[in-house]
Amino acid sequence: MILARVVGTVVATRKDPRLEGKKLLILKPVSPDGKDENGYVVSVDTVGSGIGERVIAVAGSSARLAEGCKDTPVDNAIVGIVDEVHLD
Amino acid sequence: MYLGRVVGSVWSTVKHPAMTGCRMLVVQPLTPELENTGKRLICTDSTGAGAGELVYWVRGKEASFPFHPAEPPVDTTIVGIVDEIHVQRTLPAQTKPPAPVHRKSSRKN
Amino acid sequence: MLIARVIGDLVATQKHASHEGRKLLLVQPLNLDGTDRGDAVVALDAVDAGIGDKVLVTTEGFSAMTSVGRPNSPIDMAVIGFIDHIELVQGVD
Repeated sequence: MILARVVGTVVATRKDPRLEGKKLLILKPVSPDGKDENGYVVSVDTVGSGIGERVIAVAGSSARLAEGCKDTPVDNAIVGIVDEVHLD
Repeated sequence: MYLGRVVGSVWSTVKHPAMTGCRMLVVQPLTPELENTGKRLICTDSTGAGAGELVYWVRGKEASFPFHPAEPPVDTTIVGIVDEIHVQRTLPAQTKPPAPVHRKSSRKN
Repeated sequence: MLIARVIGDLVATQKHASHEGRKLLLVQPLNLDGTDRGDAVVALDAVDAGIGDKVLVTTEGFSAMTSVGRPNSPIDMAVIGFIDHIELVQGVD
């Protein structure tokens, strides 16, 4: 799982039918101390997160264990919204 | 999947039993413009590709699927021999003329 | 999933049987600012995309093979969506 920040949305009307109704968000990975990291990923939102929020995203086949993602062509899903990160 | 060219082959007698009969080839990954990119790697072959041929290969667990029901511990497999590539990086609608690249695989055998 | 642009296609006569009847597209993964991200890759087409289209590409096996209707085949990437537009927050990238 990674920490990431929601930085945008993707609108796709023509897509795999199993993706219908799913919100596609653009995530920018962030380090635990809040710094942006390189790259981005398009992820399916399963927890109602919004732009600017810090979230937990899961990648790979485990993403299909997220709510409503069983047997869908999803390789990245947002599974939590981060309230706080504590670093020792 | 990724593009590549077969640049060699590997022989191995002592290997995992499930890999018996798997051909192993050395593949140089390529860009669509057929320039070398990245390190050469060893791919098992499911197509009968030969030296010099342009191929495309698959990475990950899926690489073992062509050998089903055997489950060889392989992570890269050639799954197709490329006959032709058409590349057009710019759109025809744009003012800059498109630069279509049309290349054929150089089969040496 | 990645954002990519279709930059070409390829023809292969001799290929794994599961790839028959599906277009093989060359797709160039993109950064959020539209620049190229790494090298172009080969993906099977599940949405009838064409050259120049901006698309959504899955880079995970199960998603790729089921979206083209070929389970248990050697497919690790597929074009699964056709991107109409992307909205980015101001000031981010």
